[in-house]
Amino acid sequence: MSDELDKLAKALRAATPTPDAGHKAANIAAAKKIFADAQGYHDSARHTLERPKRSVFQRGLTAMLNTLSPRAALGATTAIALIGVVMILPTLDRDVLTVGPRSVQEVPKTVSDMDAPVEEALIASDVDTAVTRPQVFFNGARDGAASAPPAPMAEPTIDMADAPIGGLLSMEAPTPRSYSTGLARTKQGVNDMYVRPAPDPVTSVPEGDTEAFPEAETNPLKVTAQSPVSTFSIDVDTAGWSVLRNMLENGQLPQKDTVRIEEMVNYFPYDYAGPDAGPDSGAAFRAGVMVAETPWNAGTRLVHIGIQGALPEVDERPALNLVFLVDVSGSMNHPNKLPLLKQSLRLMLGELRPEDKVAIVTYAGSAGVALEPTKAAERETILAALEGLGAGGGTAGAQGIETAYAMAEKMQGEGEINRVLLATDGDFNIGIHDPDALRDFIEVKRDSGTYLSVLGFGRGNLDDTTMQTLAQNGNGQAAYIDTLSEAQKVLVDQLTGALFPIADDVKIQVEFNPAQIAEYRLIGYETRALRREDFNNDKVDAGDIGAGHQVTAIYEVTPVGSDARLTDPLRYGAEPAANDSDELGLLRLRYKAPGEDSSRLIETPIVAGGSQRPICGSPLPLPVSGNCCAAVRIWATGALATPSHWPMGPKVRMTLAIGPKRCG
Amino acid sequence: MVSDETLALAASEGDREAFSQLLSRVYDRVFALAFRLTGSRAEAEDLTQDICAALPAKLRGFDARARLTTWLYRVVVNAAHDRRRRAASHARAAVGWGDVELARRAEADETRDQLGWLAEAMLDLPEDLRETLVLVLEPLTHAEVAEIQGISEGTVSWRMSEIRKRLKARSEAER
Repeated sequence: MSDELDKLAKALRAATPTPDAGHKAANIAAAKKIFADAQGYHDSARHTLERPKRSVFQRGLTAMLNTLSPRAALGATTAIALIGVVMILPTLDRDVLTVGPRSVQEVPKTVSDMDAPVEEALIASDVDTAVTRPQVFFNGARDGAASAPPAPMAEPTIDMADAPIGGLLSMEAPTPRSYSTGLARTKQGVNDMYVRPAPDPVTSVPEGDTEAFPEAETNPLKVTAQSPVSTFSIDVDTAGWSVLRNMLENGQLPQKDTVRIEEMVNYFPYDYAGPDAGPDSGAAFRAGVMVAETPWNAGTRLVHIGIQGALPEVDERPALNLVFLVDVSGSMNHPNKLPLLKQSLRLMLGELRPEDKVAIVTYAGSAGVALEPTKAAERETILAALEGLGAGGGTAGAQGIETAYAMAEKMQGEGEINRVLLATDGDFNIGIHDPDALRDFIEVKRDSGTYLSVLGFGRGNLDDTTMQTLAQNGNGQAAYIDTLSEAQKVLVDQLTGALFPIADDVKIQVEFNPAQIAEYRLIGYETRALRREDFNNDKVDAGDIGAGHQVTAIYEVTPVGSDARLTDPLRYGAEPAANDSDELGLLRLRYKAPGEDSSRLIETPIVAGGSQRPICGSPLPLPVSGNCCAAVRIWATGALATPSHWPMGPKVRMTLAIGPKRCG
Repeated sequence: MVSDETLALAASEGDREAFSQLLSRVYDRVFALAFRLTGSRAEAEDLTQDICAALPAKLRGFDARARLTTWLYRVVVNAAHDRRRRAASHARAAVGWGDVELARRAEADETRDQLGWLAEAMLDLPEDLRETLVLVLEPLTHAEVAEIQGISEGTVSWRMSEIRKRLKARSEAER
């Protein structure tokens, strides 16, 4: 070491003061409290959570938006169009299929010239394009049989023999990562181990962006022998996908916390059989369970749970009373906010029946009644009131939400459904400032029969966490509307579902059989976890299913004896009780019929093979039937944005997200 | 004695006692590094407070194979970056090694001279070099510093020789 450096080292040491003892004690005490709270938060995690407390420091670290260069973005746009065409084409006609794989094979070449982030952005956008197909399909089916429940559609059967699956699915050299449960030793070198999220990289925060998203750790791997039961509330929110898509369309890479796999998976329609198709005829919904091989790991299985809500005859639905609580603050004065909202509501108006009633309450400078309860038949009056809505005005909120609920109560009639729809760009200055008080207020109103849905508009200060919390407590849906077609999907296509609940407080509990399953992990639903004992506690609130809603949940499970197991069996722990059952587990569902206080129970054993059908009798390495495959591909797309959370390697993620494989 | 890593793992699994022990153990080290990175006692106190508050959440991302020190130092370095950026965005002039506070605190003339020299020498270095220097003097190996700063080992060595060159030039100029 040179003299100068030596001198500097000494001076540096001498200059370093000792920390202030008072601050030290206070800081340690504060950290301990945060630690304890964080534990409490994890213990009692449930869907009604308030937004987690985040320090300024963390917020700075987690916010992340990288902008793509114009050139790259241009390239991406072109390629999206190309892939879009290729992905849609094969679905139109089986004869075109032979073209599919060949054309798609060329696409990665185009993509590989670009920067990695662009590739990822591109892939994610692409799935959107690709999956619009089932959406159209679904609508068609529903239009065609408007009064009938969704009939199970024939699974598209496609010969995949020509598709280059083997090559594309081959795993890249595994990077040994570790995963630990407790202080147990970790096993190294197993393909694509689970890894807990790495510390956030420090990234820049665009100024003026106050968007907030719920923060939750990815579900950890569970050892069946230690905790065989997994409990969570269903979730029909879809805002996660829309926000993600909007970010990608704006050339931004998504923030980690915006990716909620369950919301992405639940955004898209699947062709699940409805309750009338099976023995549960007459039930509110039907739960199908399927077990499939994991495409990226021969040693594990995917348990795919698909719930299809019944679609009661639309003509027989009770009359709706809708109160729109519209944010008309200055910030709403943007083409994709208030004007889009007006267009959306106009669209929706066409779907209402003459006896349905609509009222509009605005809030900004002051709460005002823009439209007294009016029958949908008086179209002109409603349209005029809509036109009259103008953005502008102060910030101090008045009693917006109370006015809206008072209005809803005034409209309440025998057997009618009341719902408040809050439309905002993130200004929740709706009259009750304390978040807890607001939540309590909404809960009380929910119990008295008025539900709340939240529609988010615009980007920049959208408070996704508050949106979710409010909608979840109001038994409603939180949806994010960025385009008119999204408004069409949320407000029109799902009008019955979003506004007409068929089952309240739907909880899912899966008990895995330790004699069959060594480990399992629930994909997504982090913010919806419930305590085991809350499953049977009817006082504990959970998510609701509307008419025709679909809910998908996926577990990745490791069978006993599989070499993909990540944890070692305990040497001194109790051996799992041996049993002869070849069931992998038991699925329990609890729900309440709307308005009832006590829940009903549905039990379905999970059997290997399940309702899985072989594809064209072909022994391909992907015996994943269409629904499961589609869900897994959306999962993989979400995983692109948060790669460190997920078990599949980069190549597998890419392949699943854009690969030429068809969901057959 | 239980290793830092064992404590960190236990803490990441929710063991409160382990967390408390760990934090008491590393607090002074974190503070010292924070001071050396920022050159200001007040900044160091604030930075340490930020880190303490964030540590419970961060620990969940602690990798069982990493050395706790390396991991923790990266947290501190990143937090310092973040803080600096925020200070800049608020148009608050960042206080630090340029602050006269340091020299004022020292009583003896000799110490004051030494501190003045240190502050000037530190100020002379660009931020990334200063960071490397502080970490190397911690002391850490070049490999560890490279990991913390996310640069190659070669870059660390290059930076150190650059620092030596600059210090040497400075002392020659003083003569």
